[in-house]
Amino acid sequence: MSAYLSIDDVGMTFASAQGANFVALRDIDLKIAAGEFVALIGHSGCGKSTLLNIIAGLLRASKGGVLLQGKEVNDPGPDRAVVFQNHSLLPWLSVYDNVKLAVDKVHGKTKSAKERDDWTRHNLALVGMDQALTKRPNEISGGMKQRVGIARALAMEPKVLLLDEPFGALDALTRATLQDTVMELHAKLNNTVIMITHDVDEAVLLSDRVVMMTNGPAATIGEILDVKLPRPRNRLELVTDAEYGRYRQAILEFLYARHRAPAHAA
Amino acid sequence: MKMETIDKTALGLGAARNSAPLLPKLKNAARAIASRVLPPLLFLALLIGIWEIACSQPNASLPPPSTVVQDTWMLISDPFFDKGNLDKGLFWHLASSLKRVAIGFSLAAVIGIGLGVLIGQSTLAFRGLDPIFQVLRTVPPLAWLPLSLAAFRAADPSAIFVITITAIWPIILNTAVGIRNIPADYRNVARVLQLNGFEYFFKIMLPATVPFMFTGLKIGIGLSWLAIVAAEMLIGGVGIGFFIWDAWNSSLISEIILALIYVGLVGFMLDRLIAFIGSRVGGGAAQ
Repeated sequence: MSAYLSIDDVGMTFASAQGANFVALRDIDLKIAAGEFVALIGHSGCGKSTLLNIIAGLLRASKGGVLLQGKEVNDPGPDRAVVFQNHSLLPWLSVYDNVKLAVDKVHGKTKSAKERDDWTRHNLALVGMDQALTKRPNEISGGMKQRVGIARALAMEPKVLLLDEPFGALDALTRATLQDTVMELHAKLNNTVIMITHDVDEAVLLSDRVVMMTNGPAATIGEILDVKLPRPRNRLELVTDAEYGRYRQAILEFLYARHRAPAHAA
Repeated sequence: MKMETIDKTALGLGAARNSAPLLPKLKNAARAIASRVLPPLLFLALLIGIWEIACSQPNASLPPPSTVVQDTWMLISDPFFDKGNLDKGLFWHLASSLKRVAIGFSLAAVIGIGLGVLIGQSTLAFRGLDPIFQVLRTVPPLAWLPLSLAAFRAADPSAIFVITITAIWPIILNTAVGIRNIPADYRNVARVLQLNGFEYFFKIMLPATVPFMFTGLKIGIGLSWLAIVAAEMLIGGVGIGFFIWDAWNSSLISEIILALIYVGLVGFMLDRLIAFIGSRVGGGAAQ
């Protein structure tokens, strides 16, 4: 069976300065279906970001490969839009222009100027940023920047949306509202999403599957948890939900009982 | 989050200020201006006072400010006279110095930014050229003058060459540093969007580097102005440097002092001009 996104036997070895090779990832096999929301969780330094960068095409795997709809991923491209951890909005462009840059580049040939303008505004409205079109990134809060980052990625109409610890730098309250936004968007647009996180609640709340990674070096997939909670999910109701608690416990046990973070990485 | 609270307080303040009556608003503005303008004026008056007292003794070697104004009143009151040859008002001397700086500095800016982009982008060019630049930039401006006179066999191009070679190093080095400092995130955004080289240059690299470029340009314009006065003393002709040298040869100390004041003020304005252009061009580039 050919999956929508298929990660086949991916390994990553970095050549270090001393000539010794550092094996970051090995034997990563993962099949992801269209519309699925997958979270990658693991301790710092377990190669989550490396794996995401390989899927994005920003890094080339030293072994194995990634197939998206049967086509090999070799280079970065807008069909695998990335929301970076520190938003990476261009500070000299307004909120609107940051998204418009992506829209013009990706849809320049297929949409008219009017359609591109509408599409930019539409995507900013999706993340609730249509009131701040002319603001510069340094004039808005961290959460708002991340919203714009998400709008920019969505505007590319990616086949896979890659979220690299998108809420890691935000405070807990802002993070919760953004998680709700991402859930709503996923319900509405049915994107295929891969998200890196080290927040157990976030992983269970958002995803269909949680991929737990062992510690590096030579990290690999330790366990995959199917989260069968019905959607739409409500964080308040889930707090007391026994099934939710079991999922949480399974991940916590994996992370802290069986695969404790090495002392130096803490 | 922090930004949001700041935004709100800023908005609150703005609203309060708008609803306030006009008179206190004007009063506040006047107070703000006075607190900026009065201290420098006060200290200026103090310095001039000390100078006046120190140079008023009969055996003083330099004239006091009152004598300077008396001696040079003709130059101060009419900067635009032109009696032919070198006997011109200070405006004309400054104008021809500025013209040399404008040409020399523009050349330095264009070539410097070009070379800065080259060594910022290409590791090979950086390794090859950086050591050479590091040595050449320590050569004092005037040391280039005899060589350029020998090469160009004319005063004006030699002076312009000295300006260019003086101003170019900080422009090259700062531009290169700016390009090397473009955050990896911006490069990744460009890669995901598949921007081509042309789009990358204009949409990412140039805007990201503008603040660094203008740091280099600002240092460069200061150095140009330093170099032109020295160079003109040696090459002669119309120009503020030669005016000073000529005044020295005629023992007109008051004229030298007046010229120094003009040189200082023009240098200050050049610096502010570049800073102003920089803030307009790269206003949003600072993060």
